[in-house]
Amino acid sequence: MTYAERIRTKLTGALAPVRLSIVDDSHRHAGHAGHDARGETHFDVTVVSAVFAGKSRVARQRLVYEILSAELSERIHALALRTLTPEEDG
Amino acid sequence: MDETVAERIKTDITSNDVVLYMKGTPAFPQCGFSAAVANVLNHMGVEYKGVDVLVDAAIRQGIKEFTNWPTIPQLYVKGEFVGGCDIVREMYTSGELQQLLAEKGVTSAAQA
Repeated sequence: MTYAERIRTKLTGALAPVRLSIVDDSHRHAGHAGHDARGETHFDVTVVSAVFAGKSRVARQRLVYEILSAELSERIHALALRTLTPEEDG
Repeated sequence: MDETVAERIKTDITSNDVVLYMKGTPAFPQCGFSAAVANVLNHMGVEYKGVDVLVDAAIRQGIKEFTNWPTIPQLYVKGEFVGGCDIVREMYTSGELQQLLAEKGVTSAAQA
């Protein structure tokens, strides 16, 4: 399974997102520190989930980081995150 | 984490109003995400202390554990963790960052 697929599977299972966008940005960081020739080092992720309601921005991102802790420690160098509730995504 | 590392972080974030843990320095950021946050602070005219984690492996690992946040940059205001690059940019765009700094009594050139 690719890292993009793992991100999708884990976030879908944990957050039941109504919208989930995962963009592999790794090519934009070729040659940059943290780049890995195998790719899949930089992702841009937008998650829209009701689970975020009532949570601060920091709490929302901590939750995502916890869900993806294995992926972050193995390969992913940078994860740009937008975490929204369905109302905020309107 | 080494206790002295935690003590150093505590000293930094309590003795400076605004502290940015970053890769590189405010003048020469070594990472696009760190540069983005430094640019926001520079643009707002906020005085801050930049801590370059690339020259200190103990702080680089220690700040992640201290904040319970796996990535750099990390912005602290008056001893409180505000967020990383995404959060700082969102808060700047919405005006919440300006509001937070004003509430905390941190002056920026924009207000002066």
